[in-house]
Amino acid sequence: MEETLTFITLTLAATLRVATPLVLCAMGGLFSEKSGIIDVGLEGKMLMAAFFAAATASLTGSAWAGVVAAIVAAEALALLHGFACITHRGNQVVSGIALNILAAGLTVVLGTAWFARGGQTPPLGDGERLKPIFFPVAGDNVLVYVALLSVPFTWWLIARTRFGLRLRAVGEMPLAVDAAGVSVAWLRYRAVLLCGLFSGLAGAYLSIAQNAGFSRDMTAGQGFIALAAIIFGKWRPFPAFGACLVFGLLDAVAIRLQGVKVPGVGEVPVQLIQALPYLLTLFLLAGFIGNAVAPKAAGVPYEKEH
Amino acid sequence: MSLVVPRSVRRPLPRWVEIGVLPLVNVALAFLVVGIIARIIGVDSFHALKLLLVGAFGSSESIGYTLYYATNFIFTGLAVAVAFHAGLFNIGGEGQAYIGGLGCGLAVLALDRYLPGPLLILLAILAAAAFGAAWAAVPAWMQAWRGSHIVITTIMFNFVASALMVYLMVNVLIAPGSMTPQSRGFADSASLPSMQAVLKSIGIAVAPSALNLAFVLALLSSVAVWIFLWRTSWGYALRTMGHNAEAAIYAGTSIRRMTMLAMCLSGALAGGVAVNELLGVHHRIVLDFPAGYGFAGIAVALMGRSHPLGIVLAALLFGALQQGGAELSFEIPAMTREMVVVIQGLVILFCGALAHLPRPWLQALFGRRG
Repeated sequence: MEETLTFITLTLAATLRVATPLVLCAMGGLFSEKSGIIDVGLEGKMLMAAFFAAATASLTGSAWAGVVAAIVAAEALALLHGFACITHRGNQVVSGIALNILAAGLTVVLGTAWFARGGQTPPLGDGERLKPIFFPVAGDNVLVYVALLSVPFTWWLIARTRFGLRLRAVGEMPLAVDAAGVSVAWLRYRAVLLCGLFSGLAGAYLSIAQNAGFSRDMTAGQGFIALAAIIFGKWRPFPAFGACLVFGLLDAVAIRLQGVKVPGVGEVPVQLIQALPYLLTLFLLAGFIGNAVAPKAAGVPYEKEH
Repeated sequence: MSLVVPRSVRRPLPRWVEIGVLPLVNVALAFLVVGIIARIIGVDSFHALKLLLVGAFGSSESIGYTLYYATNFIFTGLAVAVAFHAGLFNIGGEGQAYIGGLGCGLAVLALDRYLPGPLLILLAILAAAAFGAAWAAVPAWMQAWRGSHIVITTIMFNFVASALMVYLMVNVLIAPGSMTPQSRGFADSASLPSMQAVLKSIGIAVAPSALNLAFVLALLSSVAVWIFLWRTSWGYALRTMGHNAEAAIYAGTSIRRMTMLAMCLSGALAGGVAVNELLGVHHRIVLDFPAGYGFAGIAVALMGRSHPLGIVLAALLFGALQQGGAELSFEIPAMTREMVVVIQGLVILFCGALAHLPRPWLQALFGRRG
């Protein structure tokens, strides 16, 4: 009995640890997508933020300086995305892919040039990391709580404020927002900046809270899993949060199921569990489990007629 | 799609500026940023450029490697371009090349004891194309019949392909007794002849390199893609759909069938990477051989403006960067090979998402009153 309880507690703690960056990233992506700006560049923003967080924490010895650097780095990419997609009406997917590839290369180039460790940052000491607040075993650092609070915050901002109403409108029918005399571009820029803020925090979590330093490609597709969670949650904060938890649980279970025979099924391949978030999202997208409808204006650049 | 010029910027530029100058300015901007980054990490750009050029073109060996890398870029560039012309954005080249490798490898592993070399190689190439096409067909079907966005589905398919390949290589296809997850070696008869051997047989001596006949296949594919897109009625229908889907429907084109056709062709072309890598170089199935070529194909297609000739030229440039960059990283350790990845990202940014950034400047210089 006690063993089962420990097992459940540990698995839940592991789920929360894995889900935290997904939740932060998904909430950021929600703002962007709700405003009509598709963001496949979450992965790149998170990776860039993770690198600058670890690099800054290592150089200054302060975890908080790392968090600030992470946000600045992610915002820089977010602004670039906004500049390309909002100001220059470029293709949003192309821009997002460009940022992902740019981040994958730049983090290693800068990391090698500055630290000469094959793209890694030096391992961070205890003072340079965000430490657990209440339960050392669970790893409940401050960003875990930020992630948990980010969900009701996102819901409140999108569903209950004037800004949120306009944000939703600009993602569905920008012409109406423009006709009402509200700037489409400024609304979308604010959405993209919120996205940068949250994906920056997600990146900081990866390199200075969950791990002790940056290693190349450490996001390993988590930005895309967050994107999958947004789709799975049908562009709503709480369902997206639920999807993040499910995907986090899958990951936590995958590690524990390695080489274990499940009664009646036999050994479940770890790769299958790892691919499950993508497979589930594909089934959803194919319309086999409900229907996911994106904001209408997502991906369409807005052009002022006058 | 990125190929469509927004209405507000459709003020006419002379054709030669549109085709000749604007793309060059875009590329120049990308490389300007590369220069700035090199400066930040304390590398002398001109010295680095010189080393890079020598590394890419300095000997017949280095030229061989440049062309070998270019082969992969031609295949994935064509793959992205064919989908672009149909108004589709195929980000799944990476996974399609990977699964193409599975098909190619399975064909060889099953048949290399029974069939003579040329027939075996032909079948393996067809299998690579067929598996690549099949992996692209599922997202195409999802887009055409179920309305799921092809960008998202092809991204997901990359991850699924990767997981599937790791599972197969670790559990099923691994050579007995091998510690690393790779299949048993192919029979010698299944090797694509190296370019060195081919040139030697006609009396030209070059240094050995990874360059093999897949390069010729890539060039032939470029010609075939050009003929298909601009000289056949299917190609015409495909491009019509990309420009204006509604017009294509009125002309009697089936959007569903065209989506399937474009994506299957795209996936088959991506499978060419497997031919170059597995039949030409590794001679067994290995993990992670697509190594980012699928994504780089986006940069190649954008830089080459989705035209086969432009793609071959852009692929040569990226091949030279890949080979020269590898040599450069030996000379200047601070310049890692990932600089090439940075350049790819910047090219996609400036030739794709920010393609119209320099337009107002060029309009001021060359613009006619509309």
